[in-house]
Amino acid sequence: MNDIESRIIELVAKSKNLPPSEIHLDTTFDELQIDSLDKINLSFAVEEMFSIEIPDDNLNSLKTVGDVVRGVETLLAAAQPKAATS
Amino acid sequence: MKRVVVTGLGCVTPIGNTVEAFRESLYAGRTGIAPFDLSVIPGALSPDPGIRYKTTAKVRDFHPTKNPEQLLSSGFILTSELGAQFGIIAARQAVAHSGLLQHHDPAAIAIVTGCSCGGRGADEDANRNLYLRNARIPPTAIIRTMASSGTSNIAIETGITGPTLNIATACASGTHAIGLAFQMVRAGMAPAAIAGGYEAPLTYGFLRAWDSMRVVSPTSCRPFSADRDGMTLGEGAAILILEPLDAALARGARIYAEIVGFGMSADAHHVTQPRAEGAALAMRRALEDITTTLGAPYLDSEMWASRVGYINAHGTGTQTNDAVEAAAIHQVFGEVAAHIPVGATKSLTGHSIGAAGAIEALATVLALDAASLPHTAGVSQIDPRLDLDVLIGEPRPLAREKDLALSNSLAFGGLNAVLAFRRYHT
Repeated sequence: MNDIESRIIELVAKSKNLPPSEIHLDTTFDELQIDSLDKINLSFAVEEMFSIEIPDDNLNSLKTVGDVVRGVETLLAAAQPKAATS
Repeated sequence: MKRVVVTGLGCVTPIGNTVEAFRESLYAGRTGIAPFDLSVIPGALSPDPGIRYKTTAKVRDFHPTKNPEQLLSSGFILTSELGAQFGIIAARQAVAHSGLLQHHDPAAIAIVTGCSCGGRGADEDANRNLYLRNARIPPTAIIRTMASSGTSNIAIETGITGPTLNIATACASGTHAIGLAFQMVRAGMAPAAIAGGYEAPLTYGFLRAWDSMRVVSPTSCRPFSADRDGMTLGEGAAILILEPLDAALARGARIYAEIVGFGMSADAHHVTQPRAEGAALAMRRALEDITTTLGAPYLDSEMWASRVGYINAHGTGTQTNDAVEAAAIHQVFGEVAAHIPVGATKSLTGHSIGAAGAIEALATVLALDAASLPHTAGVSQIDPRLDLDVLIGEPRPLAREKDLALSNSLAFGGLNAVLAFRRYHT
């Protein structure tokens, strides 16, 4: 498990008052009974933790914990300065 | 008009987080007022020369993510601040205790609460971070800040969908809430009601703001004492279950007391200087309202005044409040005023603003139920200028022929609310 995965799992676990061991990448928001308010709150915490901004459009497509991890990885990669090409 | 009785009780207070613990502390005169630790209050300087007083009355041993009897789901924790959480747990106790939901239609039951300050913790945290470092505001700040957050969460927890609202009239909120719920049940607008108040205002900004008012005791709240020097801030919640007497009797419910009257008034005078005439008017109206409740042949409010055996005073412990409240009692009761036992629960619980009236209504109900009047703590010598029979030293029996009690709340801004309770005789 990489650092992003473990930090997100810890956030989700804390928000639902569950032990992190019960949260996996394929755990769905439905299983965790994460509603729209939980989702907005979780997104806020993720944005604060990784200094990123999750676009509104992307919020609705998040269905699993793994979706959040992949989304964060994508946003962090996009934020990396591009290597010089010449 | 229906007669209305109290059939369930719940509380989270600085002197006990169950009704049993509250009752025990109430009669032992065990105060919840204690020195507070600024170092654990978010954002506070410690020490802080801007806060000259040293004590508050805090709820202890409240852990809604750990204690089984206080457990709240992550949804409640996310959407509520401490005061609302006190309210949810107090309501849970009262509902379970009364069996309310097994006997009344949740679609019609009313919920009326008093909370004046709202979730100040969330508000202050968000604003501090915003102003200091232009931080973003958490998405839950709005819902945690709402004064009605506890009210909504009580409805969500119980599934009750009847008329549900919160009242914010500063220090009288809890009393106004119980009074309005009483009127609704009496009029048949609701078959039963969850009524009370909750508040947890002991945030850094609030402590500083009260210091500026120069009404907080540098020592401890000692209502009606000759050497009283101010109020002590507190927090907590209390909830009563109200239902018609006939419904309570039909289902064999335990009846703690009857609510027989409710009076309200405004001083229309000054926001911080209370006026005895305003408080007296609310007390008179509560007594006159007994006739509305009980009808003929109970037509004489003076007769009711002669039967008042206990006044649970607003009794904040400030020079002004206690003097004005004493003057109001003399205006209403005349020659007998000096012989009516008067007590002040705030000597034990501090002043919890929107919850205060509800906590004091709980104390009044317990006093009538036990026919024993709790004493006021911390009074070294009763202020002789007040000419009141202040309960001190130890509890005193309620006189058999004086089975009425008033519970006064006299708010900043001159908004007054008084409940009249009667000992229930089987």
